[in-house]
Amino acid sequence: MDANELLAWARGPGFDIALTIFVAGMLLRLFEVMALGKKPDLSAARGSGAQGGMRTLVARTLPRKSVFDKEPLRIINGYVLHIGFFIVLFLYEPHIALFDRALGISWPGLPSGLIDAIGAITILSLIAALVFRLNNTVMRFLTTKGDWLAWAVTLLPVLTGYMAYNHLLLPYTLMLALHLLSVELLMVVAPFTKLTHMFSFATARWYQGYQAGRRGVES
Amino acid sequence: MSAPSIEKGIEFIKTEIDAPVASFFSACVHCGMCADACLFYTETGDPKYTPINKVEPMRRIWEREYTLVGKLKALLGLSEPVDAKTFEEWETLVYDGCTLCGRCSLVCPVGNDISGMIRKLREGFAAAGHAPEGLIGASTRAVEIGSPMGLKLPALEAQIKHLKNDTGLDAPMDVKGADYMVLLSSMEIMNFPEYLEAIARIMKQAGKTWTLASKAFEATNSGIQIGVSDIARTLVRRVVDAAEELGVKTVISPECGHAFTAIRWDGANLIGRPYKFDVKHILEVLDEFVEQGLIKTEGKEDAKLTYHDPCQIARKGGVVDQPRNLLQQIASNFVEMEDGGAMNWCCGGGGGVSANERADEVKLTAFNKKKSQLQALGVETLVTACANCRLTLEEGLEENEMDIPIVGLTEMLAEYLVDDDKEKQAS
Repeated sequence: MDANELLAWARGPGFDIALTIFVAGMLLRLFEVMALGKKPDLSAARGSGAQGGMRTLVARTLPRKSVFDKEPLRIINGYVLHIGFFIVLFLYEPHIALFDRALGISWPGLPSGLIDAIGAITILSLIAALVFRLNNTVMRFLTTKGDWLAWAVTLLPVLTGYMAYNHLLLPYTLMLALHLLSVELLMVVAPFTKLTHMFSFATARWYQGYQAGRRGVES
Repeated sequence: MSAPSIEKGIEFIKTEIDAPVASFFSACVHCGMCADACLFYTETGDPKYTPINKVEPMRRIWEREYTLVGKLKALLGLSEPVDAKTFEEWETLVYDGCTLCGRCSLVCPVGNDISGMIRKLREGFAAAGHAPEGLIGASTRAVEIGSPMGLKLPALEAQIKHLKNDTGLDAPMDVKGADYMVLLSSMEIMNFPEYLEAIARIMKQAGKTWTLASKAFEATNSGIQIGVSDIARTLVRRVVDAAEELGVKTVISPECGHAFTAIRWDGANLIGRPYKFDVKHILEVLDEFVEQGLIKTEGKEDAKLTYHDPCQIARKGGVVDQPRNLLQQIASNFVEMEDGGAMNWCCGGGGGVSANERADEVKLTAFNKKKSQLQALGVETLVTACANCRLTLEEGLEENEMDIPIVGLTEMLAEYLVDDDKEKQAS
């Protein structure tokens, strides 16, 4: 199999398989959570659960000041990592073209030079995240093998994308094929690692916020 | 209760896992930010006290029982099982190293209610026979005698007699249709009789009818702390039965943190139906009285003082503004502790820790947080609204040779009430 064939496989059957596993896997995880259900709360409510749920869903995006002051760099890096990843994924013109072809919707992108720079920043930010994890006693204590895997499969697509765009190390076609394959690896792995937080962060915040809203307590 | 066993413990934990718990575990990214919110971690520096680590046995059971990946991992022998050793290892983290203060739940970036999970996990630990002796004793006494400290009705009756003899005030018992049914904690009967006197004076001035209930004068609920819903239900039902028999409008939870959680939030869920009465914390009632002009105060305390928010009343109970409104009425030099209000630091003795002698040492280490907070403020008086906080704080201050008197907010307010009799004589 040469680079062109590999690219063709990654663009065709490879992508379809990965997408199927990603969607089915995430739906399965969501089902596994929701199927457990939740008993209704019979205590007399002080406020609105739904309002509390919505509030926490939004509010937890920003840390409390006392939390931020403890480790400002690590927290800022967390934002850089997430925002950088979303920008290169959703605002790079060739990616938008892919979404357009698959879903029939498109939106304006950013100049590719800017995406290139943001890609570089995202890679550095992911590396910084690893350094923070290794240097923090609590994080080292909590880290599992799955965390290393989740980190690696998140880094690879950004790294290979950056290298393909800048024609680094390998011929373009091969690097592009590797880029696609790394995205597919991420899609296949995501539902079975902590990357499930991409949806469960919302249900988790909602559940805590809902209870807080009913009770009229801060959350 | 049938005999405890590891199997039963695991079974109990399985039934406690619901959609919120599953959400929390699948959302955790191991960021470790909950550690810095926990006084057991900040004061010991030991990462084992990281809140999310305290629920690791529950996470293992969730993964194994309720996820496809976990089932596959278990088949291939790739995951750690939960067995007798796990319960032994985690027992001190689940009980001694957590006051259920809930601070961790408020900082988690993905919104995990970690302390809520620890509360649930305790159900399994108690069922497995891995609950601390002190809490087992308190729970047994609560069910068999009627109070965790072994107090019986005659002890309360004696206190009421004293109250009458000393002040001429009455504490009515079993009055049908009263506006308020007042609950007490054992500590208020044994250690802080000032509370009952304060209630009698305040109710008299407010012109409200109130009553104690001979069948349910005790509000504390060790079933909530140890994590045995059967016990918690029995204790809540006593209060519900008494309140509904007497037909009172409102039940007042005393200056006790977890009693409020038990009767205000958990109770209806334990008995499986809503109440036919309202439940309010005493500070909510006092704030209403002041706002409606039913009680009036004169004079103010000049000493520099601060207020320690009991976790279950402020963070988990939402009673944050009321104590501050009340203190504005009666104190001229009130200062806030750092992180005061919903994010206040726990005294270190909540959630059953103070009833668990094995935890004495770590409790005093955890107290260092409060110690440094108080030292930074340099206050002359400490006000709070939980008898358990009060005892824990008194012990901690004494151990650290700090001379700061602690008062309950209700009794302090009663001291500054306008004297009705004097006013009448004057007019």
